Amino acid sequence: MHELSIANSIVEIAAAEAKRQHAAHVNTVYLRLGALSGVVSDALRFSYEAVCQGTPLAGSNLVIEELPVVVHCAACEAQRTVDSIQHLLCPVCGALTPDVVQGRELEVTALEIM
Amino acid sequence: MTEPRLVEVRQRVLKQNDLLARSLRDRFREAGVYAVSLVSSPGSGKTTFLEQTLRELKSRHRVAAIVGDLATDNDAARLARAGVPIRQITTGTVCHLDATMVERALDGWELNELDYLFIENVGNLVCPSSYDLGEDLRLVLMSVTEGEDKPLKYPTIFNTADVAVITKMDLAGPAEFDLVAAHDNIQSVRPGMRVFEVSAKSGLGMREWLQFLSANRADIAAAP
Repeated sequence: MHELSIANSIVEIAAAEAKRQHAAHVNTVYLRLGALSGVVSDALRFSYEAVCQGTPLAGSNLVIEELPVVVHCAACEAQRTVDSIQHLLCPVCGALTPDVVQGRELEVTALEIM
Repeated sequence: MTEPRLVEVRQRVLKQNDLLARSLRDRFREAGVYAVSLVSSPGSGKTTFLEQTLRELKSRHRVAAIVGDLATDNDAARLARAGVPIRQITTGTVCHLDATMVERALDGWELNELDYLFIENVGNLVCPSSYDLGEDLRLVLMSVTEGEDKPLKYPTIFNTADVAVITKMDLAGPAEFDLVAAHDNIQSVRPGMRVFEVSAKSGLGMREWLQFLSANRADIAAAP
């Protein structure tokens, strides 16, 4: 359950940015979460709510954009979205594709503040 | 009451950890230390494998290890039998090591006096995957008694590791371990991954592993 430490970091980042913007409250945090980030969105939402209490983020929403894994297929010379992180192979030609171009993201992209 | 407004942030959540890991990596490089981390589930034979590796290396190299554990120092005590410097990180309830814990554990150690530094993570195949520790090489271990589908159950940790080690190979027969399926599963989650089959108990595969380790260390030292 490292989602609790991840949630803590998210709240720290958002609170610092809100302070810099002279905002009293954060309404929404927008997060990009890759399928290979090692973070489970449900566990993160659960932790997030708890961690927000007593901060300028209390009662805020966490909007998670879940990103699938995109690989570069050397055989097709194309980027492909893979269906499952259990099978990193090109859905078109079936070649194994070690070159991950999307899917490790774990980043705060934007905040709604007031 | 002010109007709500949207501000762009674009910040990696683990930026602090990543920055610290990078500075650790620079320190290791500067001091000429090759750092290797080990992750696995509890009971996969990580400590026995590491103890054998330390014993083999210490005759010709200066070796040390940091070992993470939730509550006990049993593993540190076992590793100390190898006769090399060992430091323990007790994480309490934290299920993984992060770069801050590694930096703290290094305090007072003269890195210039080391050739190899091993970092044994907490036994856990989920949480350690997100945290860069500044290591040059990350090993994921799975034992034959855990079943050949381990990579499919924990794809992320296999995907973030550089090398896989299948341990307890001396038990492969009794455990009816399907070696072909295990290799297929590893390649499916981490195409091209280098895999070693070892038994720290019988010594099987240890020579190939140590040869690889030595070659990889030389490659990394020579990299620009």
